[in-house]
Amino acid sequence: MLLHFQYQTLCKKIIYICMCVCVCVLDEARRRSKNRRAKAQRKTKQVSDDEDEEEDEDEAPRKRGRRKRTKPQDSDQDDEEDKRRVRQKGAKAPRRKAANEERDEESEEDQGKRKKGGRAPSKQEKEDQNKEKKGNVKGKDETNKGSEKDKKKKNGKQTSSSEDESEDESDEESMSEGEIAALKEQVEEKKKLIATLRNKPWRMKRRLVLLKEAQEFVEKFEGALGKGRGKKLYAFKVMMTKKLIKFNRDFENFKTACIPWERKIKEVESHFGSSVASYFIFLRWMYGLNLILFGFMFGLVVLPEVLMGLPYGSIPRKTVPRSEQDTAMDFSVLFDFGGYCKYSILFYGYYNNERNIGVLKFRLPLSYLLTGVGIFGYSLMVVIRTMARNANEGGDGGDEGEFTFSWKMFTSWDYLIGNPETADNKYASITTSFKESIVDEKENQKDENIHLQRFLRILANIMILCCLGGSGYLIYFVVKRSQDFAKMDPASLTWFQKNEVEFVMSLLGLVCPPLFETIAELEDYHPRIALKWQLGRIFALFLGNLYTFLFALFDEVNDKLETEQELKNATEWAIHEYNANYSSYYNTTDVPPLVVNPADAVRGPCWETAVGIEFVKLIVSDMQVTFLTILIGDFARAIIVRFLNYCWCWDLEAGFPSYAEFDISGNVLGLIFNQGMIWMGAFYAPGLVGLNVLRLLTSMYFQCWAVMACNVPHERVFKASRSNNFYMGLLLLVLFLSLLPVVYTIMTLPPSFDCGPFSGQDRMYDVVMETITQDLPAFIGTIFTYATNPGLIMPAVLLMVLAIYYLNTVSKGYQQANLDLKKKMKMARDEEKNRRNNKDSTNQVMKDLEDLLPNKSLIPPPTEEDKSTKMKPGSAGKGVNLQKEVSLAATNPRGPVAHPPRARGGPPGHLRGPLPGPGRGRGRGAPPRT
Amino acid sequence: NQELTFLTKQEILLAHKRFTELLEKHEKEQIDARVPIGRIITLPELKSNPFKERICQVFSTSEQKDGSLTFEDFLDLLSAFSDSATLEIKSHYAFRIFDFDDDGTLDCADLEKLVNCLTGETNDAKLSSTEMKQLISNILEESDIDKDGTVNLSEFQHVISRSPDFVSSFKIVL
Repeated sequence: MLLHFQYQTLCKKIIYICMCVCVCVLDEARRRSKNRRAKAQRKTKQVSDDEDEEEDEDEAPRKRGRRKRTKPQDSDQDDEEDKRRVRQKGAKAPRRKAANEERDEESEEDQGKRKKGGRAPSKQEKEDQNKEKKGNVKGKDETNKGSEKDKKKKNGKQTSSSEDESEDESDEESMSEGEIAALKEQVEEKKKLIATLRNKPWRMKRRLVLLKEAQEFVEKFEGALGKGRGKKLYAFKVMMTKKLIKFNRDFENFKTACIPWERKIKEVESHFGSSVASYFIFLRWMYGLNLILFGFMFGLVVLPEVLMGLPYGSIPRKTVPRSEQDTAMDFSVLFDFGGYCKYSILFYGYYNNERNIGVLKFRLPLSYLLTGVGIFGYSLMVVIRTMARNANEGGDGGDEGEFTFSWKMFTSWDYLIGNPETADNKYASITTSFKESIVDEKENQKDENIHLQRFLRILANIMILCCLGGSGYLIYFVVKRSQDFAKMDPASLTWFQKNEVEFVMSLLGLVCPPLFETIAELEDYHPRIALKWQLGRIFALFLGNLYTFLFALFDEVNDKLETEQELKNATEWAIHEYNANYSSYYNTTDVPPLVVNPADAVRGPCWETAVGIEFVKLIVSDMQVTFLTILIGDFARAIIVRFLNYCWCWDLEAGFPSYAEFDISGNVLGLIFNQGMIWMGAFYAPGLVGLNVLRLLTSMYFQCWAVMACNVPHERVFKASRSNNFYMGLLLLVLFLSLLPVVYTIMTLPPSFDCGPFSGQDRMYDVVMETITQDLPAFIGTIFTYATNPGLIMPAVLLMVLAIYYLNTVSKGYQQANLDLKKKMKMARDEEKNRRNNKDSTNQVMKDLEDLLPNKSLIPPPTEEDKSTKMKPGSAGKGVNLQKEVSLAATNPRGPVAHPPRARGGPPGHLRGPLPGPGRGRGRGAPPRT
Repeated sequence: NQELTFLTKQEILLAHKRFTELLEKHEKEQIDARVPIGRIITLPELKSNPFKERICQVFSTSEQKDGSLTFEDFLDLLSAFSDSATLEIKSHYAFRIFDFDDDGTLDCADLEKLVNCLTGETNDAKLSSTEMKQLISNILEESDIDKDGTVNLSEFQHVISRSPDFVSSFKIVL
């Protein structure tokens, strides 16, 4: 209730603000028009008088003038501006044209900085003209006038005065004809302006609001005007677009409101900087991805089976066998995903191989296969799309190292940091990085004792390789042993023996990274390089472990396949025997089918379910280890440090144990590998994705809490920078690597004969073939056979290879062009620099030199060429950066030689009045070409 | 006023809430109440920022140049520092913030102050004068394209636009 009330008052306040603003606008408009009228009367007066009055009382235009100024400068420039404007005003009508030209040139010169500078006076002038016109043609109504004036203000700079004059005439004569078109154009422009308004770094929100409101005001009048001319449709359209805009905005708001954990992440961000937050953003992204995968899996596979498939206990594969039934509900069994879990929708084995199920004739096996493969396809697509987008945003790539110092200087502060501790760390890290880079610069590489260093590095790498090999062997060994254990009686095994594989894998994941870090100390790399090595090594470790695990699993699968084959033969033989016995006994040929209780049926080992169980167990144990590490490694440590610190002989917080830091790289890698296992396991355990969604959800909250509660900010605060795409690249690699085994099994291994959706088939993909031959029209089948013909596939592959080669070459060409352009720019810059330096003293010499040079005509092109050729690579994909360069080049008012140095050196000065101060002079002299 | 800022409605409402918290009782009724700089920089988001005074001054529209902010200035600030603001606007404001003496260019004095801001107040963290000189000359070497001894806005934007992590770090969220 109270909240609601507060909200209401708030809304009222905001509305009130808006209204105030509107009133202001009205006021101003009124004042403006009054001024104008007064001016018109006073027109005959001395110009100088006009000037004074203008300066003194004409508040409104000046305000507007300032508003127009895109880049608010300091006040003295404002004054300067005013003076100039005044001077221009002073010029008589005939002179105006010249003045305008003058100004154009001048504004060309200092365009970059003071684009608006040129615009303001010209607008002023136009207003003047308007006033004059008003004096002559009194008939026109206010609104027309206002809108017109605004329009011109908009057209502002580029229209020169001559055009203006002609426009004036046309206005006077054919108001009705061109008016509509002009109005429309102007409305369009205004819309554009409104859309881009916030992109302009204008000062003073109030001004912005005023401007915007004024525009809307005028627009409204326009709509009215249009209607008056019988353009109801137009007015309607305007209205609709407005509604649409509003709707879009609301929708945008809604969308941002829907993004989960935004506040949580921002909180973390403000405490730990953007790098830690990047992990959580990544986690959130992963969660979204998994949610979608879960939707696929659940909607297309699990749900149909639950709703339309046979219920539990109807057929052997959906029933717990008799021998296991006593223990099937035991917690320990369930926890190992045996018992009822094993014969549930969580795993592959549960699904029936009936071709159509339910009233919808849902083809479950086909759907199962397609979903399993589709998950990979979808993930691939999403990952690659995200990568491409990131690459576009980060863009660039090119000149790293060119601005190391400036970047350190200008962009090193992370404005998100809101925590004094983090800030202190940041200060320290910035200082050290400054010092480091200075030292680096001084003695680029001081290679003292390079042999020792090399030796140490090689030693470290050997040690790490040993670690990797050892861990791989350990896993292989453990998996092998677990197979032996599996053959023994499960009751005689200890818990440890049953979960050895998962335990060892998690332990390795826990122990090895710190070990690597310790070893890496030997190498003495720069921390950033060290981080990369560390990441690479952990990656190799995880990957090695995963693949050893897989190979061991494959061994097991092959074993199972053999036993299955035996079992299958035995069963067939038994059935055959039964039939023979039955027919001989009763002397009849129609044998009633053998009725066996589903729980008693003989069944194969169902290797798919076994693989699925292995993966689920792995995920679960991984989850447990992660959470336990956080609890013990972070939380318990934090508590101990915090409370034992009162009674300890040294400072625990600053000294040895201290608080834990948030290990970004480790966490990200863990997440990535977890995802890899999900991808691999999802085919054999459809429930795995759902499990993972839960896991990510809990870990989001848990880790957010943990990081806020018991971690301290990093000593060295790394930036989020481009690592995002780095993670994505890792993810892509893992995705690919997890795709391999799954596809391999789908394509080569025969599915179990008595469980899963593909039972009875030779290969899993036979489902697709079957559908094609049986359910689709015949011609599609023929098309398919043609398409899968090697004769067709080979050329297709060849074509793709050629295309890749071609694109590669093209991109290389663009790179080369880029380099060339860069070189050219540098040359042009040098040229310009030389020219400026030599402008006064050696001007003549330079000119002579240029005359002498045969390729004098070659020098001017750069600007043109820059623009045109730069567009090309820009369109090739490096959009952002090059776009910028193009625009920068475009703002460059003069080509290096387009104006010979003398032309701009002298004249305009007499109009510009006193030469600007040194600061400004510099600003102006510097061409904004950068 | 969403068209004018990069903020969403929720953010604006939140900003308004935070802003009114900064106001004193009797000021809450006024529409254009100003919050003096002293109270603005107690915001936890700005508290540990070395540029907090500069930020306030840059965004302030006050006549006396005392760095006090109205709600609109405040919104302006948040908008420029928001997630969705463009690189251009961010770099422009960054330039204004770094331009300590408001003369439109970053000269040696500005750079020196900037370095001092970045390295913190404590004395031991400070760079020695030779280091400082070296650093500044290096920076000018890199970014001062026209070699006039200062960095102007376009040069600054040029440098910034190449930086991979400027946009991600030039952010303040409530």
